[in-house]
Amino acid sequence: MAETTRREIMLGEGSGTGTGQNLTVGMGPAHPAMHGIIRILAEIDGEIIRKADVEIGYLHRAFEKDCEVGGWNNAIPYTDRLNYVSPLINNFAYANAVEKLLGIDVTERCKYIRTIMSEISRVCDHLTCVGASAMELGAFTVFLYMIKAREFLWELIEDVTGARLTISYGRVGGVRADLPDGFEARVRAAFKQTREVLDEVHRLLTGNRIFMDRMVGVGALSREETIGYAITGPLLRAVGVGYDVRRASPHWAYDRVEWEVPTQKDGDNYSRYLVRMAEMEQSMRIAEQALATIPGGPINVDFQGRPIDPDTYVDLGKQGKTEGLLLLPITLSPNLQGQNRTALERVTAHDKRVVLPPKETAYGSIEGLMNHFMLIMEGYGIRPPQGEAYFASEGANGELGFYVVSDGGDRPYRVRCRPPCLPPMAALHRMIEGEMIADLIPTFGSVNMIGGELDR
Amino acid sequence: MDGAAILERLRARLGSSVIETHAQHDDHTAVIDRAALPASLSLCRDDADLGFDILMDLTAVDYQKFPGREDGPRFEVVYHLYSLRWNHRVRIKVRVDEDDAVVPTAVPLWPIADWFEREVWDMFGVRFEGHPDLRRLLMYEEFVGHPLRKDYPINRRQPLIGPRI
Repeated sequence: MAETTRREIMLGEGSGTGTGQNLTVGMGPAHPAMHGIIRILAEIDGEIIRKADVEIGYLHRAFEKDCEVGGWNNAIPYTDRLNYVSPLINNFAYANAVEKLLGIDVTERCKYIRTIMSEISRVCDHLTCVGASAMELGAFTVFLYMIKAREFLWELIEDVTGARLTISYGRVGGVRADLPDGFEARVRAAFKQTREVLDEVHRLLTGNRIFMDRMVGVGALSREETIGYAITGPLLRAVGVGYDVRRASPHWAYDRVEWEVPTQKDGDNYSRYLVRMAEMEQSMRIAEQALATIPGGPINVDFQGRPIDPDTYVDLGKQGKTEGLLLLPITLSPNLQGQNRTALERVTAHDKRVVLPPKETAYGSIEGLMNHFMLIMEGYGIRPPQGEAYFASEGANGELGFYVVSDGGDRPYRVRCRPPCLPPMAALHRMIEGEMIADLIPTFGSVNMIGGELDR
Repeated sequence: MDGAAILERLRARLGSSVIETHAQHDDHTAVIDRAALPASLSLCRDDADLGFDILMDLTAVDYQKFPGREDGPRFEVVYHLYSLRWNHRVRIKVRVDEDDAVVPTAVPLWPIADWFEREVWDMFGVRFEGHPDLRRLLMYEEFVGHPLRKDYPINRRQPLIGPRI
């Protein structure tokens, strides 16, 4: 029999006599108090959950199968839809796994961009998680505040990627476009506002009697079980294990910035909340430092001349007036309307096997055109050598791994996503058994289940 | 321990059960004979110098249409192990044929293997001997076939089944 919960001790409720018949109830797949499509079959004795079975798969979209039918870059939009709260991290992790398979390295500037954008996404994810779990406990104000803060950050993401949710910003070999002008100032302003919100939330929740009654000691998992269930991310750090992929195997620019791995020791919902709150501050620290030290990267300004805009450049190329065109500088406008040569060179690898040439080169020179064709035509495209590679990045919920296998063709032979929120869901029944039905809600919230990556 | 030393330790302790090893892209990998899999995984977890306490990922690959491997064993079950203590990784692989697609379970070693193995069974039809409750994880019980097998067409449709009452 499960141990008595803290709540039972406080309220003096009995744990049931065990003589009556237990009742089996199904929660979900569509339940107003659950922000995700899963089904929990719970055997209850009074209000105590005695046994639980978690059913998943309601959002299965055959991500891994779909990846096998298109080119390597075609999987990028699918990765957006894994963890749709922080899609940038998925983009970059997948792209990096393919780069590992190809044996190429992205530019320094691109590494910083990936770091900065991943950290902004992580803050978005934690804001959503904490906000939503607080709302489910009745703290609607907190939810509104946090969604407000997330809006500041999503505006930043929109500035860079052109989209809010399905951003498809990563590319094998780089990113889609450079950071816009004045981005650093906007990030600092948004972080200032986010910090104010976090401060407010701290004052509203941390130490709040109602909140703590619902969170402290609830949904706890021991250190041994957390490790046995391969749980990573905030849930692992909440039991006192300071494992973070960004620290354990630093990639991108994580080894060039100063930050800490926040941990707690109790492993209950409250510890998870505290870890997430602390991590948001660390993420903002990383992004700020990376923005301050981001390298410019090569920009070719090799001659004097009046810059022309990309559209005119492309038109000239289409008309065959290509003489001297490649030497012309192009007006920088790093938005998503027209790629331009100099901006693209800063953020993508110099590897013609992988990276599409800028439109100006594709239209302006026969080499560029051939390069473009070789990457676009069916049967050509990106073709990593035969082999396999596993790349792990720190997603918002833990280790996000991509295991990719190539048969030497232009399509992935196998793409496996190691979803960070599957292990906590596998262990969810251990967290809720012996607790009350009402405790299921904050526990489920603290796990931060994201259907997209759980069911793929 | 670096990757080469891990593979060396595995070879020393398991002898001829280690069929082949490689370190492609710095991911150190050992292909293990199926009969020695439980022993190998226990060794990985319990050996003080190896100390792989986390089963980070468990998946499979169907090599039916892989150039040059059409006739070999069809499935590879892939274990990614990580050691919190030593911060190192290793990949263990087991090859099985289609008509004998059975692998010993890892549930007694790591409880997470429960769901991972259910997913592999669901997607590839590889059975895990000794698994306490080998049900489908993502698809529904009435689903016919195993969708991630290479001979399962991507456009095959199956009737949707309503909720069980």
